[in-house]
Amino acid sequence: MPTPVVEAQSISKRFGTVTAVKDVSFAIGAGEIFGLIGHNGAGKSTLLRILLGLLTPDAGSVNILDSAPDSGRFRDCRRQIAYLPENVVFYDNLSGLETLRFYAELKGVSPRDCRPLLDRVGLAKALDRPVRGYSKGMRQRLGLAQAMLGRPRLLLLDEPTSGLDPAGIREFYGILGELRERGVTILLSSHNLAEIQNRVDRLALMRLGTVQAIGTVQSLREALDLPVHVRVTLRDGGDAEVRAALAQLPGCALHLNGGEATIDCARRQKMTLLSTLMALPRAVADLHIHEPSLEDVFLGYTEIDPPQGAPR
Amino acid sequence: MTLELKPVLVIARKEFWDRVRSRWVLAVAVIFTAFALVIAYFGTATEGAVGFRGMDVTIASLVSLAIYLVPLISLLLGFDTVIGERERGSLDLLLSMPITRLELLLGKYLGLAAALAFSTIAGFGLVGILISYGVGAGALLRYGMFMLTTLGMGFAFLSLAVLVSVWAPNKVIASGAAVVLWFFYVLVFDLLLMGILVATQGRYVGDVFPILLLLNPADIYRILNVFGMQDLRALYGLATVMPEGLASPGWMGLAMTFWIAAPLAAAYFRLRSNP
Repeated sequence: MPTPVVEAQSISKRFGTVTAVKDVSFAIGAGEIFGLIGHNGAGKSTLLRILLGLLTPDAGSVNILDSAPDSGRFRDCRRQIAYLPENVVFYDNLSGLETLRFYAELKGVSPRDCRPLLDRVGLAKALDRPVRGYSKGMRQRLGLAQAMLGRPRLLLLDEPTSGLDPAGIREFYGILGELRERGVTILLSSHNLAEIQNRVDRLALMRLGTVQAIGTVQSLREALDLPVHVRVTLRDGGDAEVRAALAQLPGCALHLNGGEATIDCARRQKMTLLSTLMALPRAVADLHIHEPSLEDVFLGYTEIDPPQGAPR
Repeated sequence: MTLELKPVLVIARKEFWDRVRSRWVLAVAVIFTAFALVIAYFGTATEGAVGFRGMDVTIASLVSLAIYLVPLISLLLGFDTVIGERERGSLDLLLSMPITRLELLLGKYLGLAAALAFSTIAGFGLVGILISYGVGAGALLRYGMFMLTTLGMGFAFLSLAVLVSVWAPNKVIASGAAVVLWFFYVLVFDLLLMGILVATQGRYVGDVFPILLLLNPADIYRILNVFGMQDLRALYGLATVMPEGLASPGWMGLAMTFWIAAPLAAAYFRLRSNP
């Protein structure tokens, strides 16, 4: 990886007797979309607040855009970082445009940039309305517009799609894609695994303040060696032939259910299984392969102790 | 860390206009005007007469009103300025901006102070204009001093309110602390001091009594205004209690400045160490 944009080394943070973050290390490269995945209370928000310099870690060090959050270059560094907190709250008495102008002035960005940004996030028609009348989704959009002020190099987004409808979520990731193409690095936290799994380059799985694994979704799947599910639609009388063929294959478990068979297969046997099934055209009418979802991977890592050799 | 003026002004402007929009500034200006008018014209009713009876008597009456009202309004204005943002959830985003915590605190304080100043000057100033007809330049100057010292006291209690808003863990405790501060400084402090003085027959606190008064910005305000008027000084018999040194407006002004700066500095150190 070239020089990382974000580098966290052995960060720990306690609040009284509660350990919020424990010995967390990771690095994020330029232009990467990196996901922090974990249940509520896993330590994601605390970690983001430490990266921003809002919290000081008890141990460990943070380096963002080549400087520590509490260094003398703090102001320059902050101008290049955008943050969207979870359930972002604005000032109810201000309109959307006034809100954005307030943050623009604090960031040293021209207020003229505000209208196009509000237009970009779909709030052009509501920009003069007070924020107190905004729906949760509209507030999130306003939050995203705020995060895009001033062409930041790094976006830290805490549960950014909470409150957005499916169309809003798609639009949101569309905007993130555009930002990434401009070289912006994005770190986002989420507990919505289905939503995030095809939209991040790499992710870190967090549980009880610790990082259980880091990698691409595919590398995490492979490291965990979760079984692949193959659903087979059988022709009449095909069950006996499939049963006989699979008896020769170790690592495959067959479940028959009427005209359908479900096979749980070890990842290393996947191609062998498919060849075997393809060679049975009189027994097999159709088949669907289901890779383990990110949810399966997440549960695999977080409900058990991290497996030996899990990517870190 | 450098202190930049622009973020301070951006935050101050927002705080000020928030109070203007919510009609806080207007409401307080109207309250000050109404009370000041009533006091200026009916303040001597107990002596069997109504109407404007001269600047010094009016100022003395206004001081006894302002000493209750201004600390209360200042504390109410500022007690939730930081804890309110923290509870609402908007503080994190604000702190993530390229601003320092000192700039944030100064911006908030100056914006609120501007709102308080606007209301005070508008409210008491309007009455000042009404009663200025036919009075001499000296009387006007004394009224100007009254307004200035009233602002000073307001700023001192606003500073205490900002400290409360940074220190308190939630808004309920912050509002309780603001009320307790008002009770203590405005109602209890003098009684306590007099009680100790009488109970000990002045043996222990007699000498330090004037200094103890400096521990209360409301008393500094009272001294600043009463000592400016020789007649009233004699009237209250204060000349025998107060040393000459305390009659110096310069020293009293310095003490008030301390009361404006010290709580604000404490609030900054608390905010810096407690994210």
